Amino acid sequence: MRDYALFIPEYIACGVALLVIAIELFAPRLRKDLLACLTALGAVAWFAAGLAFLDRDPKSYQGLFISDDFTAFFRLLAAGIVFVVALMSAEFLKRQRGVDQGEFYGLLLIAGSAMTIMAGATELLTAYLALEVLSFSLYVLVGILKRDLRSNEASLKYILLGAFSSALFLYGLSLVYGAAGTTSYAGIAEAFAGRDSGLDPAVAVGMMLILAGVGFKVSAAPFHMWAPDAYEGAPLPITAFLSTLSKAAGFALILRLFSTAFVTDAESWRWAFLALAAITMTVGNLIAIQQKNLKRLVAYSSIGQVGYMLISIAALGYGDAQVGLNATSGLLVHLVGYIVTTLALFSALTAAVNRTGSEEIAGLRGLAETQPFLALVITASLFSFAGLPFFAGFATKLFMLLGATTDETLWIVALAVLNSFISLYYYLMVIRQMYLFDPVGEAVRFRVQPVLWGLAAILLLGILFIGMYPGPAFEFSEQAAKPLFETASAAASARVQAP
Amino acid sequence: MTFDEGQGYVVLATLVLPLAAALILIFTPGSQKMAVRYISAVTGAILAALSIYIFVAYQVDGPEAQMNLNWAWVENVAFLGPGGISLRLAVDGISALMALLTGVVAFAGALASWKIEYRNKDFYILYWILLAGVYGTFFAYDLFFFFFFYELAVMPLYLLIGVWGSTRKEYGAAKLTLMLVGGSVLIWIGIFATFHQAGIGTFDLPSLWAAGQDGTISATAQKVIFPLMVVGCGVLAALWPFHTWSPDGHMSAPTAVSMVHAGVLMKLGAFGIIRLGIQLLPEGAAFWMPALMVLGTIGAVYGATAALTQRDFKLISGYSSVSHMGYVLMGLATMNTIGITGAVLQMFSHGVMTALVFLMIGALYDQAHTRDMKEFGGLGRVMPLWVIFYAIAGLANVGLPGFSGFTAEFHIFVGTFRTYPVFGALAIFAAALAAAYMLRMFATVFFGPLNPHWKDLKDLTPLERLSGAMLIASIVIMGVWWAPFTERVGHTVTLLPGVTG
Repeated sequence: MRDYALFIPEYIACGVALLVIAIELFAPRLRKDLLACLTALGAVAWFAAGLAFLDRDPKSYQGLFISDDFTAFFRLLAAGIVFVVALMSAEFLKRQRGVDQGEFYGLLLIAGSAMTIMAGATELLTAYLALEVLSFSLYVLVGILKRDLRSNEASLKYILLGAFSSALFLYGLSLVYGAAGTTSYAGIAEAFAGRDSGLDPAVAVGMMLILAGVGFKVSAAPFHMWAPDAYEGAPLPITAFLSTLSKAAGFALILRLFSTAFVTDAESWRWAFLALAAITMTVGNLIAIQQKNLKRLVAYSSIGQVGYMLISIAALGYGDAQVGLNATSGLLVHLVGYIVTTLALFSALTAAVNRTGSEEIAGLRGLAETQPFLALVITASLFSFAGLPFFAGFATKLFMLLGATTDETLWIVALAVLNSFISLYYYLMVIRQMYLFDPVGEAVRFRVQPVLWGLAAILLLGILFIGMYPGPAFEFSEQAAKPLFETASAAASARVQAP
Repeated sequence: MTFDEGQGYVVLATLVLPLAAALILIFTPGSQKMAVRYISAVTGAILAALSIYIFVAYQVDGPEAQMNLNWAWVENVAFLGPGGISLRLAVDGISALMALLTGVVAFAGALASWKIEYRNKDFYILYWILLAGVYGTFFAYDLFFFFFFYELAVMPLYLLIGVWGSTRKEYGAAKLTLMLVGGSVLIWIGIFATFHQAGIGTFDLPSLWAAGQDGTISATAQKVIFPLMVVGCGVLAALWPFHTWSPDGHMSAPTAVSMVHAGVLMKLGAFGIIRLGIQLLPEGAAFWMPALMVLGTIGAVYGATAALTQRDFKLISGYSSVSHMGYVLMGLATMNTIGITGAVLQMFSHGVMTALVFLMIGALYDQAHTRDMKEFGGLGRVMPLWVIFYAIAGLANVGLPGFSGFTAEFHIFVGTFRTYPVFGALAIFAAALAAAYMLRMFATVFFGPLNPHWKDLKDLTPLERLSGAMLIASIVIMGVWWAPFTERVGHTVTLLPGVTG
């Protein structure tokens, strides 16, 4: 039976997206804030509808998409991100001319829906199509400042490298299909578990190509080259969108694909994730030290964060279903902490940049005098990234790394901790600008737009809540991770029974 | 509610009160500078009272851990089993003494910061957050929260020194923060390894201690993890050769931060070695303690020698702290009851006397704006009370009988001679050097002809007298009537694993 009801939340999201675009088309003179409000309301409705899909038995749509707690988890994340980014953009876009705001807000919602599909896809082509929908939305969003050369450049670079990575992904997919004879995750796992010879080299190559393809999407080194440029050129709220939604979506896809379809061949890919994690975090953190531009700094620091998260994926390959569950729960709770922190940082940065017009680190000079609240939010977010106590990053990073600790991965966990020490250095350099120097020109307090103030305050409370009482977030993450490993243990038992 | 539970809330109050003070201060307008000061003074007074209560109420014939409080925090999720992480607080003989130290120094520091005009609200917010971290570390009976509070105590230092410091403050602040966080990185790795090796799915420290003692954490693993934990904590305890942040950091820090930092924070490091080294990894301790003895002795001698060549008051005290923390590490490394008891007493003794020294240096520097001791002379004539207070701190520093330093160092030397006679001799040599640099400074600064440039210097303000008097009282009480101190510490130390009589 075709269970169309599984997509009700996405109908809402896409419906609002179309509505927003239509309003822009037929009533071009309408105040643009209304579009942002409508988008935010749409996100709230989407979130509410998503809540109704929690705690349900997993239901599959034709073997292409599964609606379980894992999907629901990412759906809620997507709705939350779209809500915050839409409100943030409303303030930011007031100062930009020549932006087609209908498309802007519509694409936010469409990209968010694509993330849900990526999380729920149980078939390679569905996953690929969702990935492309997300990517194309982002290509447009990055280049939405049509008159800004940097934005154009960023968009072009992103499209070219993105297309290249999609091609890699697609080629890898075709090799896997060639060996397994099916594109469904369950079918692939069954085919690989049931074969009698060793690993087919074509499959190994296929897996590596898929890994490289998604590696591009989550900006893992050495596939990270596009990220700093795209982050720098994109409008500030879209930079926030890139570093939260697009990474979360990438990890959703990787998690389901590697914990279900490829789980039987863990030995052939787990080392690659370890290597990728080690390179990514080291490269990201070391290059971040030299950055002068805030967005580039965030880009490299988020590359470092991706490196930590990749350890959890590697850990999936080094243990049984219980280790996988531990690692995945840790990864998901860290994703939540990371997203809340990033959004808080960008809400404050948007307000600061709206005022100063400078995106350099030095532009924050003396912010503690001119706007202590923003300085506090920025400091709290940066400390949270560095993993200092009281803030989300302390607890979530600890859980993530603990979940990923096995005998084989202990060394890389140690490397991650060393890396987060390096990261503290460049975060301190930003904090130093705000607190240790006097502002340029007159030290007058300036007011923050109420919407941004409210967003920053709520997200700051979120950072503190997760940091001081991480229990609920962690339990929710475990609940979301469970469905992946129920099928995994089923596949493992199938492997044992196979002749 | 049993009596013990009720006392548990007293312990909790020492954490909650500074945080509440910080929260109240956040919502106090920055222009109300006097209100900020009164709020802080009251907070400090209550904290000191609570700390004295905890010290006095600790029963030397009771169980080891008293005043328990145990709140489940996160449990039964993924790798966390029942009681995975809980806010578990308790007091043992060592932390009772450390609480007393923190209370006295925190109150004295809050009074000493009265003079701060520039953004004093922000200063006190960070100050109280730091102290919440200190109390939390001393009372935590859960590894997660131990590390949580340990980091919390280090975090505000960057801004406290960077914004309100003096001489090369940015350099000092960055160096101190990075080195201390570098140390906690090692602890962090150690925690991952311990949790993984123990495999019992809980951060509860008593359970982990049991795992360390019954061999659930294998001897090999303990030998590997122990250096991580001890070097990590050792950075904060100025373990040679990781002490280099200490002179620079102290030179840059404002008065109250120097007091709390040298007085209390450095003790967190030594305390961490007891909690995470001796108690958690006894096999590792048995293996590595001789190495710690060597490093501690080098620190003691090196610090004293370096102090002998310095001219800046704060550098002298900074290096002297390195030397005295070297004694603490030596005492811990003896692994016998008397040596470790001495180490804990020295933690207290060095805490109060260094706080007094930095208080005095601050009182002078705020007027003279220089700390070069060659520029002074004959200050006894213009600042008699200042000289008396400083002299008491200095003599306690040297280990004169009647002051706390004597009690503590005597225990350490006896303990060291029992196991490592050669190092005991070196330690006494370092004590002689301490006398040399202290008396040299007394001679130059207190006596001799008065430089007319300094004839208008004012003596201590009433607040400085009050905070100085509290510190001196602690120094003298411990020097004269040390039974309450040794009883409490000894009660816990005899129960430490691997400690001989």
